Amino acid sequence: MALLEVENLRTHFFTREGVVKAVDGISFTVEAGKTLGIVGESGCGKSVTALSLMGLIPKPPARIVEGSVNFQGRDLTTLSDRQLEDVRGREMAMIFQDPMTSLNPTLRIKTQITEVLDRHFGYSKDDAVRRAIELLEEVQIPRAAERLNDYPHRFSGGMRQRVMIAIALACDPKLLIADEPTTALDVTVQADILDLLEVLRREHDMGMIMITHDMGVIAETADDVAVMYAGQIVEQAGTQELFDRPEHPYTEALLDALPQLEGENIRQGRLRSIPGRPPDLIAPPPGCRFAPRCPYAELKDGCADQLPELRPIRPGHLVRSRHPTSEREMVPA
Amino acid sequence: MSENGALLQVRDLRKEFPVKSGFVIERVTHTVKAVDGVSFEIAEGKTLGLVGESGSGKSTTGYCILQLIKPTGGSIRFKGKELTELGREEMRRMRRQLQIVFQDPYSSLDPRMTVGDIVSEPLEVHGVGTRRDRRARVRELLDVVGFNPDYSNRYPHEFSGGQRQRVGVARALALNPDLIVCDEPVSALDVSIQAQILNLLKDLQRDFGLTYLFISHDLAVVRSMSDDIAVMKDGKILESGPADDVYEHPKHEYTRALLTAVPVPDPRRMKERRVERRKLKHVIAET
Repeated sequence: MALLEVENLRTHFFTREGVVKAVDGISFTVEAGKTLGIVGESGCGKSVTALSLMGLIPKPPARIVEGSVNFQGRDLTTLSDRQLEDVRGREMAMIFQDPMTSLNPTLRIKTQITEVLDRHFGYSKDDAVRRAIELLEEVQIPRAAERLNDYPHRFSGGMRQRVMIAIALACDPKLLIADEPTTALDVTVQADILDLLEVLRREHDMGMIMITHDMGVIAETADDVAVMYAGQIVEQAGTQELFDRPEHPYTEALLDALPQLEGENIRQGRLRSIPGRPPDLIAPPPGCRFAPRCPYAELKDGCADQLPELRPIRPGHLVRSRHPTSEREMVPA
Repeated sequence: MSENGALLQVRDLRKEFPVKSGFVIERVTHTVKAVDGVSFEIAEGKTLGLVGESGSGKSTTGYCILQLIKPTGGSIRFKGKELTELGREEMRRMRRQLQIVFQDPYSSLDPRMTVGDIVSEPLEVHGVGTRRDRRARVRELLDVVGFNPDYSNRYPHEFSGGQRQRVGVARALALNPDLIVCDEPVSALDVSIQAQILNLLKDLQRDFGLTYLFISHDLAVVRSMSDDIAVMKDGKILESGPADDVYEHPKHEYTRALLTAVPVPDPRRMKERRVERRKLKHVIAET
């Protein structure tokens, strides 16, 4: 059985302007010890997905209106807030994009690490401090014992993210959700943090969900990838397979829109851009949500009126489009 | 124009910021050398990409060139004129030819001004044309950058980041500048929108013969835009040269370390790069 099985999850926001269908029927699994990458642009619902799993969506306005989140055999959507608190931070932990706003600036990091140990394991003060030092050493913070007494502002961005990771690891979780963990960091620091996460994932045999807008980070970290667009998964495959043979017109366009770091005549070339922008999630297009921006939607086969199913195109490779690359005969004008 | 044909020549540019400490009685205890002896030149119609990590001094360099902050020392020659010696009024006139596009299209456009007023403002400041001329020019500029001119009476908050950045570009183009400093112009944008703006900047360069100083932390973005590259760290240029040379055959170890740290969208290549990166790990700490 998979560590995490998400089935047809829908998280909607009930606002004065209307119902925002931020996450609209997504399903995926995360195996123990594996990393699932979720990639997409701003507003596609990737962070709301993470928050929904953790039971951290703001209620109201948001509500999980449908679907289940099976984690180690329990449906988290049916748990009370109190029961969820026992899971969160213990069996499932999360790190966020901005380590400055997710750490409390008025508390020493010692307090912020030991409170987790106290809440979940009832550690004595001495034991908790001893464990906190071990944790800081594990995330490779130099002079761990001394640094324990510092406040967050005394740490650089990369070091703060290490502290966040130490807190997340405190209870040895089975699943770690990383929501854009390196987006605010310089590339060299990002590389160190991604290396560290990889080491820890292996040593702790954790499942991981890596949420990012960066296809490079996906290529580096993920075993499997789900590409999200406008609240839905539009393509899902093993990482190598997805990069080798992208099927959905959106995935394809997204990869083509990336400037290349390596190659020839890069300066002379033009990037492929995607016309328009993502749809309004209060009143999304009736059919395929990418149809208004899709070069193949012109083919008038009804894909703009009827939502395509997420269907297998090869074993382990799912796509939600009537015009996947390998079935395309006509080339748009 | 200088003897060797460069539009902009920067020599030994320096900018120091005083660091004050003490409560009530503040004293300058030391200075931070944000830009520490930077030299480069850009030929007309070309793009120099300035890359570096946060705090490397790349944006400060851009601001010094436009005299938005006063350099501590060094020389900035633009079309043969020494900008650091110009008086207030002369510099004001010179600004018609030197413009800037900022990173964040959310904070760099005045939320109380309409799009039309934002683009028209530089024309008014410099007393260009009649009111009617200006209105026509604003429509033309918005059209050039791919922003529907019929929306010029609307306010920035009504538009997405990409559309706003088009307005920022139109404002920079208003006075027909020769040089535009692009300071992280696509860093706040999603990939698909980023491509639109980068293509737009390329088209404008081709159509109007613009010269760019393109500042970014994103090495792939810089490569797609630049003829030449300068890599900055701690206020200094560590390496510079034609883009293909710097990227394919970096001479400085720091450049190599920086390049191998970038995740590329190719899992197979990523594995090789990870090995290269580990070998260079010590360089980042030591540089």
